[in-house]
Amino acid sequence: MSTSATALEQSLRSRTWERVKKGWYTFSKNPLSIVGAVIIVAVVFLAVFAPLVSPYPEHAGNFVDFDNASKPPSQAHLFGTDVFGRDILSRVFFGFRLSLIMGVTVISLTAPVGVTLGLIAGYKKGTWVETLIMRITDIFVAVPPLILALAVAAILTPNIFNSMMAVSLMWWPWYCRMVYGIASSLKNEFYIQSAEVTGASTFHILFKEILPNCYGPVFTKVSLDMGWVILLASALSFVGLGAQPPTPDLGTMVADGGKYMPDQWWIAVFPAIAIMFVVFGFNILGDGIRDMLEVEKT
Amino acid sequence: MDSIVVRAHDLKKHFHTKRGIVRAADGVSFTISEQETLGLVGESGSGKSTVAYTVMGIYPATSGELVFKDQDITGAIKKRSKALKQDIQIVFQDPGSSLNPRRTIRQILELPLRVHDTVSKKERVDRVAKLMEMVELPVDFMYKSPPAIGGGERQMIAIARALATDPSFIVLDEPTSALDVSVQAKIINKLMELQKELNLTYMFITHDLSLMRNMASRVAIMYLGKICEIAPTAEFFSRPLHPYTQMLLSSIPVVSEQEEELKPKKIVSTGEIPSPVNIPPGCSFHLRCPSKMEICSRIDPNIVTPEENHQVRCHLFPGAAGN
Amino acid sequence: MAKRLLDIENLEAGFNVYGGYLKVLNGVYFNMDEGEKVGLVGETGCGKTTTAKSVLKILPEPPSRTTGGRILFKGRDILTMRKNEIREIHAREISMIFQDPTAALNPVFTIGDQLMTAIKYSNLHDGMTRKEIREKAVQSLKEVRLPDAERILENYPIQLSGGMRQRICIAMALATRSTLLVADEPTTSLDVTIQDQVLRLLGTLIQQKGTSTILITHSLGLVREWTERVYVMYAGVMVETADTAELFKNPLHPYTKGLMAAVPKLTGEGIAAGIAGRIPEYLNPPSGCRFHPRCAAVMDVCRKEKPIYFNCGDNHKTACFLYRE
Repeated sequence: MSTSATALEQSLRSRTWERVKKGWYTFSKNPLSIVGAVIIVAVVFLAVFAPLVSPYPEHAGNFVDFDNASKPPSQAHLFGTDVFGRDILSRVFFGFRLSLIMGVTVISLTAPVGVTLGLIAGYKKGTWVETLIMRITDIFVAVPPLILALAVAAILTPNIFNSMMAVSLMWWPWYCRMVYGIASSLKNEFYIQSAEVTGASTFHILFKEILPNCYGPVFTKVSLDMGWVILLASALSFVGLGAQPPTPDLGTMVADGGKYMPDQWWIAVFPAIAIMFVVFGFNILGDGIRDMLEVEKT
Repeated sequence: MDSIVVRAHDLKKHFHTKRGIVRAADGVSFTISEQETLGLVGESGSGKSTVAYTVMGIYPATSGELVFKDQDITGAIKKRSKALKQDIQIVFQDPGSSLNPRRTIRQILELPLRVHDTVSKKERVDRVAKLMEMVELPVDFMYKSPPAIGGGERQMIAIARALATDPSFIVLDEPTSALDVSVQAKIINKLMELQKELNLTYMFITHDLSLMRNMASRVAIMYLGKICEIAPTAEFFSRPLHPYTQMLLSSIPVVSEQEEELKPKKIVSTGEIPSPVNIPPGCSFHLRCPSKMEICSRIDPNIVTPEENHQVRCHLFPGAAGN
Repeated sequence: MAKRLLDIENLEAGFNVYGGYLKVLNGVYFNMDEGEKVGLVGETGCGKTTTAKSVLKILPEPPSRTTGGRILFKGRDILTMRKNEIREIHAREISMIFQDPTAALNPVFTIGDQLMTAIKYSNLHDGMTRKEIREKAVQSLKEVRLPDAERILENYPIQLSGGMRQRICIAMALATRSTLLVADEPTTSLDVTIQDQVLRLLGTLIQQKGTSTILITHSLGLVREWTERVYVMYAGVMVETADTAELFKNPLHPYTKGLMAAVPKLTGEGIAAGIAGRIPEYLNPPSGCRFHPRCAAVMDVCRKEKPIYFNCGDNHKTACFLYRE
């Protein structure tokens, strides 16, 4: 029995390795996906190691050096300095931190909630459960995220945490709808009926049978959403609802730098390019992930 | 062995849709004895899959009697006891979609074991391995996913899954329709072997009459929700009584002269198969029947038994007009 | 003497996939004369659809690749033709009926739209007016015995049954005056009685119009009833060919014999055990004769050399060393 156990384990390992290899092959078929992956890896690295990698890490906090203020890009300051004399390159690296944190926070709150509700609503299609969940979803979808964030800001203190909560409230319905579509179409597949006939619990059917078939679209959406959330967060910061000074936030940097356009263009342009860079990276990474996770045709 | 495993009497399953009531199964009666294979044959809209699913409990019956070993099974799966769920199993038609493409073979075969807790956790892998050996599949397929193996092998897994809980009765819904002839041969032979070895009773559904001839001990042919004729296999094929049976038998392509001679005289079928939402009045087959009489468009015939064990539902036979 | 219409010589083709090159077609030979009804029978994965699509040149170029051989249609090699020449051939010479009529018809256009488009493009140079095209459409629907042709033109595919849809596909294929019709499993998705009707109809029509037909199927019974000559295909090779009656009376190749034995018979004699083994991996196909790992009569030479066709009688050839003269 032990010999066949190790043989089985070996075949499990080799099968997993095969899947990884095949996944990489499909992913790398499109060179853009590699570009996306490189960009995101770079951004994550810069964000995580910002204190070590930035040329002037202390500029991310309370720092002023008016002698060096508003200097154009140079060897000492690749992205130039802002009105307080702070190195923009370093602040961009730290800005990445905030962007990624915001993206991860919103998505880790909204995706599980939305996906679960979508699974339940889709599987219970035709019952009051579905109606209840989907109508609530419809209500939330109807409100534009930015308006809600502004409303929240009017009621609560405008800071990054409250803005993220507001965005999260608006974000979960999209996961719910997407998974609802998949779950309701899979509901009548033979393998789901087979699980029902066997007597599997609803929990099992939702999370072990239907959910694995949703990984592709969900993870693609997660990647694309990172880009969107970062963009939305930047927009909120731009209107003053984001991180408060002196925390380096890409959106705030663009807003502040806008006043000095076009003469001291570097103060706004570099953070803006950074935002674009990250969003673009997540977008094409998302495409690559979608290609990789496409359900194998039987 | 003559004890009756399944008994259906006037079983009906109707669906209420926007376009009207679909009388998918409309008064079906049959019995299946131990270790017998009852064949259900018919074209699309005949209701054969509906009957199978109702027996399985995927649908609750609308009305009528349905009894399994003295227990009423007109209710759907949720209302059935665990013992019943273990005893009655099904092999679905399309191996492509009867196995979840995102799960491994091991997970698929373990599910019935986990749900019914028939073996301890440690012994589950062994049981899965044994199931795979029963259907002659290499044990290291356990960690593969359905898309990685061929259609015939997938269907073997579906059969292994049905056997996991030691059932006594298995419904086979067109288990080989999507498979090539040589693969079908392997599967059918394995099914017959397993039937003898494990004392199984089968309800076998197919549209392939030649296959039915070799597989079933009794055959029932359905049209638009009703059984037209039911008889022991040899009798069914050598003396088909119902015009629809004769029409169907005369249309099947065969591969030898011998078989050609066994077919009834060619009856050219005309017209389309009506939709089950729009069942013609009287005998549902009368629009396409070459032996149509005046009474057929008015009165739906009852089942009569012109010969021993051989029942037919047709006005050509005395007593069908009933009251 | 009927003219030679199609001649496939030593066709080799395959697909580039993850892991390498799937060498599907391994030297396919096939020929037919005008007016013939030839069957191509084989199981899933044997390459029959690949062959059909090669003849119509509708295989997507990557990932598919043709690595050798010729396909001569009326003497000209299809493989070397340019796009516009192929289009001409599609419009006027060769049509195809696909397996699933639901997938072959566009669900968002009416039958009339699709049928008239097909007629228009196959008669581009004849300058037919809209009225003439519509008349031709009605006419072709009547030919396939669809009742109420005018109304059907306004219907969408979803409003019609499977049998009707397949008849429309046949109408579309035949309305374009084809010399050659390739029917790929045209009745597999239909019920037995409807299948019978549709095939009869097809038989009558192609007789009237003198269309040559290739019937591709996995059903031996169909082939026996419907064709004059047959090719049996396995793993990208034609393993046997003969006149239909001869093939069923006297199958020679072990695969053909195994296949015939595996078909359930109306006589009730039980089903033979099927053929041992599985169809080969095209990534790493067996050496020599591709059937040798499954063959009960395998000899040493079968593992080393690829068999050529050996003559075994009138029109009866088989690619098997057992029949080497």
